[in-house]
Amino acid sequence: MSKPKRHERGTDLYLEETERFKFRKKDWWKYLIGLALLFIYLYPFFIIINVSLKPFGDTTSRMKFPDPVYWDNFKSVIAAGDIFVGIRNSLIITVLVLILEIVVGCMAAYALARNQSKVNEVVRSLIMSVMMITPLTILVGVYSTMSKIHATSTYWGMVLLLSSFGLPMVIFLYTNFISSIPVALDEAAAIDGASNLQIFFKIILPQLKSVTVTVIILQGVGIWNEYTYSYYFLQKKEMQTITLVIKTFFSSVSNDYGSAAATAVIGMAPLIILYLFLQKYFIQGQVDSAIKS
Amino acid sequence: MTRKRLRKLNWFYVPAVVLMLVFIAYPLFNAVYLSFFKWNGYSVSKEFIGFQNYISMFEDKVFRSSLRNTLIYGFICTFLQQIIGLAMAVFLNTKFKGRGIVRTVIYMPAMVSSLVMGYIMYFFFQTKGGVMNDILNAFAGTSVDWLGNGNIAIAVIVFINTWQFVGVSMVIYLAGIQGVSQSYIEAATVDGANAWQRFRFITLPLLQPALASSVIYNLIGGLKLYDVIIALTDGGPAKKTHSLATYIANRYFDAERAGFAAAIGVFSFVMIMVISMIVNAYFRKKEVDY
Repeated sequence: MSKPKRHERGTDLYLEETERFKFRKKDWWKYLIGLALLFIYLYPFFIIINVSLKPFGDTTSRMKFPDPVYWDNFKSVIAAGDIFVGIRNSLIITVLVLILEIVVGCMAAYALARNQSKVNEVVRSLIMSVMMITPLTILVGVYSTMSKIHATSTYWGMVLLLSSFGLPMVIFLYTNFISSIPVALDEAAAIDGASNLQIFFKIILPQLKSVTVTVIILQGVGIWNEYTYSYYFLQKKEMQTITLVIKTFFSSVSNDYGSAAATAVIGMAPLIILYLFLQKYFIQGQVDSAIKS
Repeated sequence: MTRKRLRKLNWFYVPAVVLMLVFIAYPLFNAVYLSFFKWNGYSVSKEFIGFQNYISMFEDKVFRSSLRNTLIYGFICTFLQQIIGLAMAVFLNTKFKGRGIVRTVIYMPAMVSSLVMGYIMYFFFQTKGGVMNDILNAFAGTSVDWLGNGNIAIAVIVFINTWQFVGVSMVIYLAGIQGVSQSYIEAATVDGANAWQRFRFITLPLLQPALASSVIYNLIGGLKLYDVIIALTDGGPAKKTHSLATYIANRYFDAERAGFAAAIGVFSFVMIMVISMIVNAYFRKKEVDY
């Protein structure tokens, strides 16, 4: 499958427009549709912020602005501190998984891109077919394996598990990229007496910056938002990730939606803010990874 | 590079392969193995019962409805996402002020965990005090029990998943449209093709690769749907909205039927594999035609 040539006409996929458009009267219908789309996509965010700013007993419609604005949900959620434990755990797990995936995935991709023997082609297609295994289908097997090796409710267990599921995509992205680096570079270094490891670290690794950004963004979003496995393997309260903390608030019997909404708002904020500032990279990453197989 | 060097290079993929063997391949075989046992998930003893789990699986009404729902979540969401995503991409490729902001906002929900999105949507579809019913009450004076009726709840779940991830399709199509060389379009314009003809006979065929990747992305996303359902209905009412994914978790942990859950897992693993292979092969064959 060929990649769409996205650099051909500038980078107008993104917010930074390369051309400036003038408002023209006959385009009124475009503005109408545009506004409708903005409404449909922003309204849910408005609602959750609205709910987070109303007190527990407030029975006014969710669509009505809070009057007066009630900040205590945020105050009490921040004072309780669970949310920061969640953010800390999510950060630790996300960073560790990314480091592991990048190092292990990069090295594997280098070997698979350079040595395309028959055996390695089989290895490669087996790794790629793992992309189609969804987490829940082998839940029973994963759960009994994780308990056997005492990996439940540990950072290392979660990190190794999530990395394994992310690796196929990472290896796929790196293999494509490394294949486009001329082998002549490796060979020249090899003649000068460099070992495989030296070539990898000194010649290949420095050239992988752009694809690494893609990997970090794409996998980072997935791991930060991960819920399925975290729910089953991080059952201790002090191990909970941000998604689990949000879930705890929503599924508690007290139905304190104000605090739950405040937690959700704080939990969503980091990624959304990052996205708004770095959207060029987010969207590039999405396009790169989707144009696969 | 020399042969010996290349062979030594293979050590580089050993860590990745070991990780995937321990955390994916072994659990997969383990799941297949356990699917032949009657086991509650924690006790030391388990009883070998052959294919009994698979037989009772097909006799189970909830399994059959979860299978049907999974196919609905997979195929209907994918279908809607392609139509709407392509329409959005075409629209947002026309020139008007502020189109960049609209693109940014449409992709934004993909940044939010589906579980959290499910909770946000609960504020809309709750029977009492939900936004949808507030609107209906104001205009029509009635309200709908969105999540209390199986079929409506399934439609709501389809809607939410489509809404949340249509931005991904839009972005893929937009990249595809921008990749179509301007010279083709200009040549066709000179030949007197109108806007619709240019789209139908030039842009659309050249979007084939974008279509393939978008379909496969959405299809796998829909077939493994889990988080939204957990947040919104938890499989209810009366187990009517379960997908295979949520039903596996439900049988394993709530009903303590680990062997049975493993059998459903093996079934859905094979199903997703076969569906993606067929879809892949279909698009590959199509690609040759153009």
